[in-house]
Amino acid sequence: MPETTFLDSTELVLNMGPQHPSTHGVLRVILKLDGEKVNGTECVIGYLHRGVEKIGENRTYQQFAPYVDRMDYVAAVSNGLGYCLAIEKLLNIEAPPRAQVTRVILTELNRIASHLLWLGTHALDIGAITPVFYCFREREEVLKIFENYCGARLTTHAFRIGGLQYELYDGFEEQVKAFCEMFLPKVDEYEELLTHNRIWVARLKGVGILSGDECKEFGVTGPVLRAAGVKWDLRKAQPYSGYEQYDFEIPTGENGDTYDRYLVRMEEMRQSVRIIRQAVAKIPTGPIGKTPKVIKPATGEVYVSIEAPKGELGYFVVSDNSTQPYRLRVRPPSFVNLQALDRMVRGGLVADVVAIIGTLDIVLGEVDR
Amino acid sequence: MAATPWEGELPAQLKERFGSEIGECASYLGQNFVVARPDAVIPILEFLKLEADFDYLVDITAVDYPNRAERFELVYILYSYGRNERVRVKSMIADGAKPPTAVPVHTGANWLEREVFDMFGIEFAGHPDMRRILLPEEWEGFPLRKEYSIIKQDDRWVKENLGIESGQ
Repeated sequence: MPETTFLDSTELVLNMGPQHPSTHGVLRVILKLDGEKVNGTECVIGYLHRGVEKIGENRTYQQFAPYVDRMDYVAAVSNGLGYCLAIEKLLNIEAPPRAQVTRVILTELNRIASHLLWLGTHALDIGAITPVFYCFREREEVLKIFENYCGARLTTHAFRIGGLQYELYDGFEEQVKAFCEMFLPKVDEYEELLTHNRIWVARLKGVGILSGDECKEFGVTGPVLRAAGVKWDLRKAQPYSGYEQYDFEIPTGENGDTYDRYLVRMEEMRQSVRIIRQAVAKIPTGPIGKTPKVIKPATGEVYVSIEAPKGELGYFVVSDNSTQPYRLRVRPPSFVNLQALDRMVRGGLVADVVAIIGTLDIVLGEVDR
Repeated sequence: MAATPWEGELPAQLKERFGSEIGECASYLGQNFVVARPDAVIPILEFLKLEADFDYLVDITAVDYPNRAERFELVYILYSYGRNERVRVKSMIADGAKPPTAVPVHTGANWLEREVFDMFGIEFAGHPDMRRILLPEEWEGFPLRKEYSIIKQDDRWVKENLGIESGQ
């Protein structure tokens, strides 16, 4: 027998990314492995850093609005809503009712589009190839509505400070209603493919558990927090844009694992349809609001946040009574949620890292800004 | 509309507990904030977390006022799930001062403080991993300081790593 064994079991450092399809962008994760077990991770981020906050200080309030679409680019409408609400708060104005209802419809459609992209790519990461085609098929219908409304599909710049830029197009209500009609059975179809699929369940159940207390410790919000059993959604807790008028549930999970996060997001898509249906049935007539020509808020600062598809998206804006923000801070849900990755993967298997990155639903454009 | 004094149970508790460490409890457009001395910030966060249920650290950021003697304003945004309330804790610190880290109180402060360091050059004393987070580690300069122009960059880094004269 030789003195030493043939293979020493030493810790292996494995680099994953930044060019790695399952990291959903340019995320680099350095893994410390003991065989297949993950002993620790380090995230290297910033590859998409464009200095959004610095740009904000050097543009007028109106000029900066299109930039926010480029952070979480799969949920551009939500970004725009948060920004408009923050500046409106700073100006102490409110969008007219017609604009508010339209905002809710488009934002909820965007939540569906964002969740569909998550579902398709998450399933693809885990090895289920079919859902991504279905998800992109339905997402296309949402993007068509955006395109008809404002001409853009992804970086929409759909709203303006004080209201909307465009009046609704003819046939908007019908198209949205038709989408809702078509979409609900599709969610059941996705669930038929996945929810009781043995491989899917085996790969997701008990993987990447993050308890409610751990979520609070890290400041994790959105579906990840709700899947851990915390019934908290800003649309209910601190309603904005008239969300208090709509009847909808906050889906929650029990175990805080990847499977529960999957179920929570699936149910959220159904609840979004529910909100859209109520909203589209009562779009009020009236003005759509007008952007003030010169925006010069009084000196002061506000923090305004909304429930974006990924969690709490906040804007902290400091005004010095000029036409440009003195300081504009974005509180991105993806950045804060990604911080919990290490806690979630530690002690698990290397194959689960991919599943956990998928379930966190991060967008690197927003992490890096 | 100027900030109005913030009246109520919580500011009274804070004033009683921290006395002269607290400068001002005020509200602006319905949003409450507390201005405190830098040394008192972490005890305040701890007090708010343990005794007033502000268990969610939403964000840490800074604002640069180069003309003031203490040029940076650190802002901690807190939320309480139980009370459904927000409060901001603010303090002014001088350039080069090292405020204590909030990581022992809120684990999530880790990356947020790293970003403040990355963008403003404010070092947090006692932070477990005080490195840049978004910019490359060798980058020189702190972009969100007011004197850092929007087209400025670390020319040496860009040249060495990207092989071009300018990223602009």
